[in-house]
Amino acid sequence: MASTDSSTAFVEFDRVQKSYDGETLVVKDLNLSIGKGEFLTMLGPSGSGKTTCLMMLAGFETATHGEIRLDGKEINNIPPHKRGIGMVFQNYALFPHMTVAENLSFPLEVRKLGKSEREQKIKRALDMVQMGSFGGRRPTQLSGGQQQRIALARALVFEPELVLMDEPLGALDKQLRETLQFEITRVAHDLGITVVYVTHDQTEALTMSDRVAVFDDGRIQQLAAPDTLYEQPQNSFVAQFIGENNTLRGKVAKLSGDHCVVRLDETGEEIDALPVNVTREGDETLVSIRPERVEFNPELGPDAHTLTAEVLEFIYMGDVFRTRLKVAGRDDFIVKTRNRADQTRFAPGQKIQIGWLPQDCRALDP
Amino acid sequence: MTDATTGPDHLTGPTPDNALRDADRAEARGGGSGGPGDPVLAADGTPLKQSLNRALRAQKLRALALIAPLLLFILVTFIAPIVDMLFRSVENEIVVETLPRTVAALQDWDYASGEAPDEPAYRAMAFDLMIAAERREHTRVGSRLNYETTGISSLFRKSGRGVDDVGEVYTDQFVELNEAWEEPATWVTLMASEDWQESHSEWVAAGEAAEAADEDFDDLPPRFEVADRIAEILPETAGIYQAFADTIRTEDEESPAEEEPWNVVYQALYDDLSGQLGSAAETYAGPGADLLREAATAVPDFETMTVTDQMIEVDEDWAEPEVWGTIKAFDGPYTSGYFLSSVDLQKTPDGVERQPEGERIYILLFERTLFLSLTIMACCVALGYPVAYLLSNLPMRTSNLLMILVLLPFWTSLLVRTSAWKVLLQQQGVINDVLVWLGIISDGGRLVMINNQFGTIVAMTHILLPFMILPLYSVMKTIPPSYVRAAKSLGATNWTAFWRVYFPQSVPGIGAGCILVFILSIGYYITPELVGGTTGTFISNRIAYHISNSLNWGLAAALGTILLAVVLILYWLYDKIVGIDNVSLG
Repeated sequence: MASTDSSTAFVEFDRVQKSYDGETLVVKDLNLSIGKGEFLTMLGPSGSGKTTCLMMLAGFETATHGEIRLDGKEINNIPPHKRGIGMVFQNYALFPHMTVAENLSFPLEVRKLGKSEREQKIKRALDMVQMGSFGGRRPTQLSGGQQQRIALARALVFEPELVLMDEPLGALDKQLRETLQFEITRVAHDLGITVVYVTHDQTEALTMSDRVAVFDDGRIQQLAAPDTLYEQPQNSFVAQFIGENNTLRGKVAKLSGDHCVVRLDETGEEIDALPVNVTREGDETLVSIRPERVEFNPELGPDAHTLTAEVLEFIYMGDVFRTRLKVAGRDDFIVKTRNRADQTRFAPGQKIQIGWLPQDCRALDP
Repeated sequence: MTDATTGPDHLTGPTPDNALRDADRAEARGGGSGGPGDPVLAADGTPLKQSLNRALRAQKLRALALIAPLLLFILVTFIAPIVDMLFRSVENEIVVETLPRTVAALQDWDYASGEAPDEPAYRAMAFDLMIAAERREHTRVGSRLNYETTGISSLFRKSGRGVDDVGEVYTDQFVELNEAWEEPATWVTLMASEDWQESHSEWVAAGEAAEAADEDFDDLPPRFEVADRIAEILPETAGIYQAFADTIRTEDEESPAEEEPWNVVYQALYDDLSGQLGSAAETYAGPGADLLREAATAVPDFETMTVTDQMIEVDEDWAEPEVWGTIKAFDGPYTSGYFLSSVDLQKTPDGVERQPEGERIYILLFERTLFLSLTIMACCVALGYPVAYLLSNLPMRTSNLLMILVLLPFWTSLLVRTSAWKVLLQQQGVINDVLVWLGIISDGGRLVMINNQFGTIVAMTHILLPFMILPLYSVMKTIPPSYVRAAKSLGATNWTAFWRVYFPQSVPGIGAGCILVFILSIGYYITPELVGGTTGTFISNRIAYHISNSLNWGLAAALGTILLAVVLILYWLYDKIVGIDNVSLG
C-alpha cells in the first residue's frame, strides 16, 4: 500500500477545479495524492470528471483553479510534451502510417536517442509485452489486444515514471481484457512505475489497483483500497456503484456507539446496522448489505433482529445461487450463496428468516 | 484483421481474436474447400461456385439495371465525344476523298526531285477539281490544306472558278469539227448503256405524264451507266463523263441528256483519242461510231495545249512543287499532321520540321498551362490546408458557419465571381484605388494585376479552393485527436506532432485535393479567357479558338487529346509515387 502522505506524494492534486463553460464545474475541489509506484484507479460513471482529471494531469486540459504537482513541482503550465508522462488511450492511438517499431521509436527519436540505444529499448519494450517479433508490422495488421500491448509498450519505452491509462481495455472483449489486466499490473509492478488508470469497469478497478478513487459529480466519493471500498463503502453511491448491493430505507431508531437499530419505512420492522453516515436517532438512512453477507435462518445473538422473507425466484448460476426475495415490501432483495453440497435450494413461495451480522449492514446517507 | 502467423494471445482461450486467427489459419491451409481441384458441392450436387454465381446473377443484373441509365448517358455524352475527338485528331479522309485521281497520280512523284509533277497529275487535278467545284467541296479541301501551307485555300478557290475553262480549247475544236459534239444527246448516245437509255426514257415519259396531269414530279433521273464498249476504248472520257453525269444528277437534279458536258470531258476525249488507244476508235462499231471515227482522224491535227499549261494559266501557283508536295504529304486517310502541329512541328513535303520561330506557340502554351495549374494547386494547398484543419477541429456550430463561407463560392455563378475579380483587380479597380488612397503606390504606378498570369492565378485559386478544402476536410475529420495527443504525450513538440503524425495522415486528402484542382484547372477555360489577357491564357483557350474561330477541329482535337494524355500520365505518375489508394475523397 502506497503512502498517502503529501510529503512523499509523487502526484498531487491540490484544490483543483475545472470548468469548460464557466457555469458548471466538471471537477469540484479535487484533492488527491498519489504515491510513487502506486497503481491508482479513477473509477466512476461517465461524466463524473475522472477523464478530465486524467487530461489535466497529462496536460491536455488546464485546471481552472488549483495546483497539480508532479514530484513536488507544479506542472500546471508545462506543456504535455515536457511532462514526460506516458499515456495509453482507449483507441490505442497507434500511428497508422508507422510500423510497430517506428511507433515505439517515435518517443525515443524526439528525445534524440542514438540508433543502437533506440533499437535496444524498442526490443526490450516489445519483449516486455511479449510482442518481440511484431516490430515490422503495421498497427492495422494487429488484433485489438495486440495493438493495446503495443500502445502499452510505446507508453513505457521512454521509461516514464508516471503512466496514465484512459480506459485502455474498453474496446476489448472480456477474455482479452482479463488477460491484459493481469499483464498491465505485472508490467507496472515489475517496472515500479506509478500508474493512474481511468475506467468505468469496477471489476477492473478492484482487481488491478492499489487504491481506487470513486468519482461522482466531480468529486471523489471515496478513496480507498479495493477491499475497504467493497466492504466499507462510505456512502450510498459507492455502495451501489461497487458490486452488487441490497438497500433498504428507514430511520434510525436507536443509536449506540458502533451499533444502531434501523426501523424500515415500509413495514416498520427493525434491523441491526453499523452506523456510518448517521449521527443521531431519527436520521433518514439507507442501509446497505451485500448479497453474500445475508444468512438464511441465522443463528445470531439473542438481541439480534431478523426479517421474514418470501422466496420469489431461485436462480442457478453454477458456482453460486441467486435467490430473489421479497423483503420489507421490496421484491428485489438478492441473496447469493455458494454452491455447496449442503446448501439449501429454496423453492419459490417459501417463507424464510434472514439476518446478518450488524457490521455487515451499513447505515449510510439516504 | 488478424494474421495467421501470429501466435495466440498470452492466455489461450476462445476470444474473438483467437477465433479469427484460427479461421485465418484454416484458410491458409486451404481448409474449408477440401483442397484444390476438388470443388465443393452445394446441397443439390452442383459445384458451389456455380450455385453461388447463379445466386449472385440476379443481384448483378439488378445492379446493372440500376446504373444502366447513367451508363447510357455517360456513353452518349462523354465516351462517344471523347472517342470522336480522338478520331478527329488523326482523321484526314477529305483529301483522298475529294482528290482521288490526284492522290493516285502523285503516287510515283517524288517531291525531293524539286520539280512539279508531270502532265497526268495536272490532268487528274483538273478532273478532281472540276468535280469538287461542281459539288462545292473544293473550298473545304482548300481550307484543310491551308492549315499546312498557307495560300492553298485561295488557290483552290480561284482554281474552282477557273477549272471550268480547262479543256475549252478542245471543246471549241471538237465543235468546229462537228457541231454534233455540242449536243448533249450526242454524248448520251455515245456513252450511255442500253439499260440506262431504257430507264431514262421511262423517266422522261413519267415526267411528261406528270406534267400533263399537272402533278409534281421530283424523281431523280436514273443513275448514269457508261456502256462497256465505249469504256474500253475511251476509259478516261468514260470515267469523267460518269462523274459529270453523277454530279449534275445529284447537284442539279438534271439528266445528262439535257446538259452540255464540262470542258474537261472534251479534254479527256482528246486525251483518249490522241493516246495509245486512239486507234481502237477506228474499229468501234457502236452508236455514234461515225462521229468518233471522224474525231479520231482529226485529232492529230488539233491545236494542242497541255493541261499543265492550262492549269498554270488558271493560277500560276500550280507550277509550285510546294503545293503538290503538301497534297502528297496529306494524301493518306489518317495523318499525324495535327499532332505535329500541336507540338510546334509541321509535316512538310520534306518531312517533319519545326514550325518557324514566330509560330511556335503550343509548347509554350502547354508549359504555361502546366506551370499555372501547378501554381494554382500549390496556392490551393497553402490556403486550403489551414482552413480545412480549422474546420475539422472547431466545434460543430462554428465549423458549420465556416463551412458555409467555404461553400459560398459554389453557390455563386462562375461568371459573377470572375467578373468580381475583374472589378477588384483592374488598374482602375478597387484594390488599386485603395492602395493609391493609402499612398502605398502612386497614381501613375498602379499595379497591373489583371489580364496577366497573376490575375489568372488569383481568380482560379479562389474558384478552385473549395475543391481542395472539401477532400482535405473529409480526411482530417477522420483523424482522431488522440493521435496528436499521443504524440505529445510521447514527448513530441507541437510541430513534431503535426509534421510526423498529423500531416502524414492528411496526405490522402492533399492528394485528392491536388488531383481534383490540377485536373480541373488544366482544362479551365472561362476564367483564363476573362482575366488571363495574353500571358495568362491556357491551352484550353486555344482549343476553344480552333473550335469556334479557325474551325480547325482536327488541331483542336489533337490538342485536346494531348491534354488528356498529359492528365492521364500525371495521374499514372501520381499513382506510382503516392498511390491512388492513398487518395480519399471522403
